Amino acid sequence: MQGTLTQKLLAKAAGREAVQPGEIVHIEPDLVMTHDHQGPMTLCEFNQMGIKKVWNPEKIVIVLDHRTPTQSTIAAQNHQLLRKFAKDQGITRFFDVGEGICHDILAEKGFVQPGKLIVATDSHTVTAGAIGAFATGIGSSEMAAVWARGKLWLRVPETIKVILTGKPPAFVGGKDVALKLLQVLTTDGATYKAVEFHGDGLRYLNMDERMTLCNMCLEMGAKNAIIPPDEVTEDFLKEKEITDYEVITPDKNAEYSRVIEINLLDLEPLVAKPYSPDNVAAAKEVEEENVVINQAIIGTCTNGRMTDMRLAAKILEGKKVKPGVRFLIVPATKKVYLQAVKEGLVEIFTNAGAMVGVPCCGPCGAYGMGAMADDEVCITAGSRNFVGRLGAPEARIYLGNSATVAASAVAGKVIDPRSMMGGV
Amino acid sequence: MKDCSLFIVSGKVWTFGDNCDTGQIVPGRYIPVTDSHELAKHAFEDVAPNFVKEVQKGDIVVAGTNFGCGSSREHAPKALKFAGVSAVVAESFARIFYRNALNIGLLAIPVFGIRKETKQGDLLEIDVTRGIVKNCTRNKTFKFVPYDQFIIDMLAEGGITKYTLKMLEKND
Ligand code: SF4
Repeated sequence: MQGTLTQKLLAKAAGREAVQPGEIVHIEPDLVMTHDHQGPMTLCEFNQMGIKKVWNPEKIVIVLDHRTPTQSTIAAQNHQLLRKFAKDQGITRFFDVGEGICHDILAEKGFVQPGKLIVATDSHTVTAGAIGAFATGIGSSEMAAVWARGKLWLRVPETIKVILTGKPPAFVGGKDVALKLLQVLTTDGATYKAVEFHGDGLRYLNMDERMTLCNMCLEMGAKNAIIPPDEVTEDFLKEKEITDYEVITPDKNAEYSRVIEINLLDLEPLVAKPYSPDNVAAAKEVEEENVVINQAIIGTCTNGRMTDMRLAAKILEGKKVKPGVRFLIVPATKKVYLQAVKEGLVEIFTNAGAMVGVPCCGPCGAYGMGAMADDEVCITAGSRNFVGRLGAPEARIYLGNSATVAASAVAGKVIDPRSMMGGV
Repeated sequence: MKDCSLFIVSGKVWTFGDNCDTGQIVPGRYIPVTDSHELAKHAFEDVAPNFVKEVQKGDIVVAGTNFGCGSSREHAPKALKFAGVSAVVAESFARIFYRNALNIGLLAIPVFGIRKETKQGDLLEIDVTRGIVKNCTRNKTFKFVPYDQFIIDMLAEGGITKYTLKMLEKND
């Protein structure tokens, strides 16, 4: 069997020797997830089909994370519907308001394992590729059909190979690798394609950083992103006492549609300027443009993990957020939140003048927090800076890594974190 | 094959550019709307206000690259389908739009080089099974890779929902 990792995983799931890009395969997913944003429409479609029982309640996950903590009567009603549905159908992997963001929950609870096939009604499902799974987003009618029948069609994608070499300098992480890649590929350079990561540079990216990197591949149009399992993956899973997974790796002679090399040593903190994630510039350059900010955000499924919390604390310790800047820090899950409390980080954040929020998607799309007025500027560790993503269409959003965001919050303008913390 | 007319479609062209995102197809303010007929009343509302008034059943949307990018809302293909659009032919599609379109039974066909050879109001004819798009106004023909048989079967049933019900009936 020859193929890229994605091709091999799809071939295996389809019970085939090998598959070619462009072919359609039919598979039964190992895990499917929906949340309170797409869940209500999925549920409506499912009910219209007149089916009484889902195909396999053990394979279904439902997370309430978008409109949480419950922000409106409509949100509350939707939550109530999904809660009841989970109970009636015997879906035990149901995560209620306050547990955290769906993609982080899947990884944290050990539901994502190498080789697994995961689909969810959310575009950032690609995040799970960091743990070596094939994971991609689907629509709500389709999820209803999967709930009913447990079957799914997938077009086998071509694969772009990205080779990461060298050790990244201080304050450079998964986010900067992703932004660099966005600069090269633009927002549709990976459309329909799988992005597969290789190279000795990977060993410097921990699982949190890898999730950030895979998460942002969606902004390049990718169908999925994937990192072949290695020691970092193994350690991550061992901590969860998961050892009995099958390690599948891409073939040496697999065919790639494009090969891109990035030397991490050459990278520096990067920023995406409004209004597109591929409008990338060095944070240093933007610093010279004197972009005064009104809001800063650390959180979301892109950068809301312990690595981000620790980085933010390192920068905020003994400093103050610039008056006039509202700084929201929202841990991705309850576990991250608790760990941040235990390590004293929440105290550091609060003393510095930041606000710490309940785990949820909130400030990613101004769902109940983080909304902007016209002419305001925000720097966020999230993944999207489209027009109107945080409310007012005139608001300008910059994307950066968590160190860049924290340093900018202190400076009151977009800066390179090295300007505050020194070069190395 | 159930309904042959599904597989040879013809209609008047509506042109759009590159990177036409789902927010242009149906503005975000209509997201709470779940009724497809209601959604159809707002198709392209901000970018082509005359679209809804003038679109006729069977009309075809021709667009540039990355059609349907942005938020993964299924509202976008639904609005087009219920507005009467028979097919979207684009240089390329954003993945989730493409998938959602086929799943709800709207033809989405990537055809390289079509956009600059097609003008608003041209008459197009698409032979879905043979993979041919003909611009009858300009007498030009384009080819595309025909759909997999499974996609044809699913389209013939009217989309993934009906297809799934039929498969369940057959105990498949
Ligand atoms: S944090 Fe943002 S990108 Fe991630 S799942 Fe929530 S809304 Fe989507």
